[in-house]
Amino acid sequence: MEYGFMVFWYIVVIAVVVCYAMLDGFDLGVGALHLFAKKDEERRIFLNAIGPVWDGNEVWLVVLIGGLFAGFPFAYATLFSSFYIPLTLLVFALIFRAVAIEFRSKKSFRWWRSTWDVLFFFASVCIALIVGMALGNLIQGIPLDGDYIYQGTLVTTFTEPYPILVGIMTLALFMMHGAIFLVMKTEDELQEKLIRWIRPTSIFFIITYAVTTMVTLIYQTHMVERLRQRPYLFLIALANMLVIANIFRVLHHKKFGWAFISSCLNIGLLLALFAVGIFPDLVRSSINPEEFSLTITNSTSSLKTLQILTVIVIIGLPLVFGYGFFVYRLFRGKVRIDHTSY
Amino acid sequence: MDVVTLSRIQFGLNIAFHYLFPPLSVGLGLILVIMEGTYLRTKNPVYHQMTRFWVKIFALIFAMGVATGLVQVFGFGTNWARYSRFVGDVFGSILGAEGIFAFFLESGFLGVLLFGWNRVSAGMHFFATIMVALGAHFSALWIVIANSWMQTPQGHVIVGEGSAKHAEIQSFWRVLNNPSSVDRLAHVLIGCWLTGAFLVLSVSAYYLLKKRHLDFAKKSFKIGLIVAGVSVVLQFFSGDSSGRLIAEYQPIKLAAFEGVYKTKTPTGMYVFGVVDTKENKVTGLALPGLLSFLVHRNFKQPVPGLDQYPKELWPKVGIVFQTYHGMLFMWGFMLFAVFLALIAVCRRKLLQSKWTLRLLVISVLFPEIANQLGWYSAEIGRQPWIVHGILKTKDGVSAALSRGQVVFSLVLFAMIYLLLFILFIYLMDKKIRQGPPENEGTEEYRDRFK
Repeated sequence: MEYGFMVFWYIVVIAVVVCYAMLDGFDLGVGALHLFAKKDEERRIFLNAIGPVWDGNEVWLVVLIGGLFAGFPFAYATLFSSFYIPLTLLVFALIFRAVAIEFRSKKSFRWWRSTWDVLFFFASVCIALIVGMALGNLIQGIPLDGDYIYQGTLVTTFTEPYPILVGIMTLALFMMHGAIFLVMKTEDELQEKLIRWIRPTSIFFIITYAVTTMVTLIYQTHMVERLRQRPYLFLIALANMLVIANIFRVLHHKKFGWAFISSCLNIGLLLALFAVGIFPDLVRSSINPEEFSLTITNSTSSLKTLQILTVIVIIGLPLVFGYGFFVYRLFRGKVRIDHTSY
Repeated sequence: MDVVTLSRIQFGLNIAFHYLFPPLSVGLGLILVIMEGTYLRTKNPVYHQMTRFWVKIFALIFAMGVATGLVQVFGFGTNWARYSRFVGDVFGSILGAEGIFAFFLESGFLGVLLFGWNRVSAGMHFFATIMVALGAHFSALWIVIANSWMQTPQGHVIVGEGSAKHAEIQSFWRVLNNPSSVDRLAHVLIGCWLTGAFLVLSVSAYYLLKKRHLDFAKKSFKIGLIVAGVSVVLQFFSGDSSGRLIAEYQPIKLAAFEGVYKTKTPTGMYVFGVVDTKENKVTGLALPGLLSFLVHRNFKQPVPGLDQYPKELWPKVGIVFQTYHGMLFMWGFMLFAVFLALIAVCRRKLLQSKWTLRLLVISVLFPEIANQLGWYSAEIGRQPWIVHGILKTKDGVSAALSRGQVVFSLVLFAMIYLLLFILFIYLMDKKIRQGPPENEGTEEYRDRFK
């Protein structure tokens, strides 16, 4: 039973990652596209498209960290202390994104706005890259010794080629996701323009996706192990490709809502592949993957805590989805600028 | 300096800078509920104008709170990995609950509060305001419970050996309802209400002094004064109760707060003083027997001094004595400010009472300083423990951490905070000078003319 709870909590943590990536993913994508819009008016529409929701989306990151801390404290402690410098930079980027959104509209002179525009852009790009690089590190493994203490140098393992590749793919994924989101939230000329933006972002994504997949198949063979053992899991990979194809099919038919949903599914399936691949490791040791890795069994909380957490989730999640649904429904449709806007 | 000291400075800096903002948003949240509720009841447009003005201020404060708050969930893991491993089972679940039950509520409805004016009905908007205020209170609830467990831990068992030694939950309810939770939560929330109320008083006093937006300023002033007046009295009882709690569960901390080196009958209480940590004595003005009375409710019984306890368990007496007394002074200033304001209002001479108004303009500093000093006292007073009686602070720091890393992050944090603080003050100042929107926007609620 205890093992069942651990697996359940692993699924919960992954589900929270999926929610974060699907929701804050488009905020970050919008941020990464921000500087490509040249007019102030367009940039305002971008910001107001995410305005009422980005804050709540970011909470998924807090819940993710809280869930990891609570469910797998040893993994949380090791991961966060090992990635000290990259995560500190992530924190700075998160701070700057939040204040850039809030501060930008407070003054109308040009240098003020363009300063915050640039910061918003760089912060969003950095967040996407670092989150992706962290996932890349979890796939590749980090040098952990027998006491689960990090043995690497400051940033070198973090910035090896494979994590960078995953980071760039994540950025590309979010940019495409953000572009589709913006198309859904805009109209007329700007929408036409944004539809044209989907092409480069999706080409960017497809290329990085293909390269990452190949590199993973060749160099990260442990990721494919489980899929070999249970061939039906290849259905996830297949579904993933179909969903990606579907994004372009529905875009062609101008069904932008469906394109956005497909893009969300794409993110979910990619992360499902990630989750299946690394399972049961949470933090893989590159020194001795068999013995020094932090798995769901050796980094977990007590059964009692996992049960308490399960109760919290059962009570909390319907509420969270309830007001999430309410807020998204309320702000559905095209962006309108009025005097309460950013 | 070693990694432990640097990490403590960094954690202190992060949390102290963060804690400038949440008390404002908790307190202002409550006041927004009062303002919007009054508007819906009276339909007086000035209350609508007030709600809209303070919502804009709230938004800026909230954004700062979110931006700086996120730092904290990283901080436990990056700098305090061994602490996180040790307490994750207990502490992590409380933090997770905070995210699920408080942050989503707060941030979800904030969108409605800020951008929903003409998308939802007036009743629905008011509901969103209540939810945001409630969410802010809930986040205080969970994090104060988590901290209270670190002060007076219970409901857990220690298992494992060596590096695998850690605390596990035995009874979640006993963890949540640990001896200091309720008292400390009350103390913190009242502090938050004071902070919000004095912000409103400060800004209103500024307008009254400049004779601008008089109707708006008077009505805001009144609400601020009522909340501040009630809270400042409540804080007296809460402070007394918290003090007795510390006397029971953390007697060393209390002795350090009050500078009681030698156990004496009866024990006096210093109004102010200078601590000589070499000679182990305090020179200052003491009221005889008062501490005995506060702790035991009689003037005779002694309060145990630091001489009763081994020196390695003492916190830094010189610091906590001053921060603690500073907090008490700030409470005195708040009481004084409320008192002067009440006199001016009762004599119907508020506009003429220039000096009272001038004092009130800066009065938001009193609760802010009190909040800061109170937390320094609570946390530095707990040293050398990170979790009282269970884990020492020096044993909580990350093993994989080097000095260079912490220096790097600390310097950058300090620079970023300085920049943010300047920008925040600049934008607040600008918003306040600009004043409330003139009443062109009263038809903002969707159903205004229905």
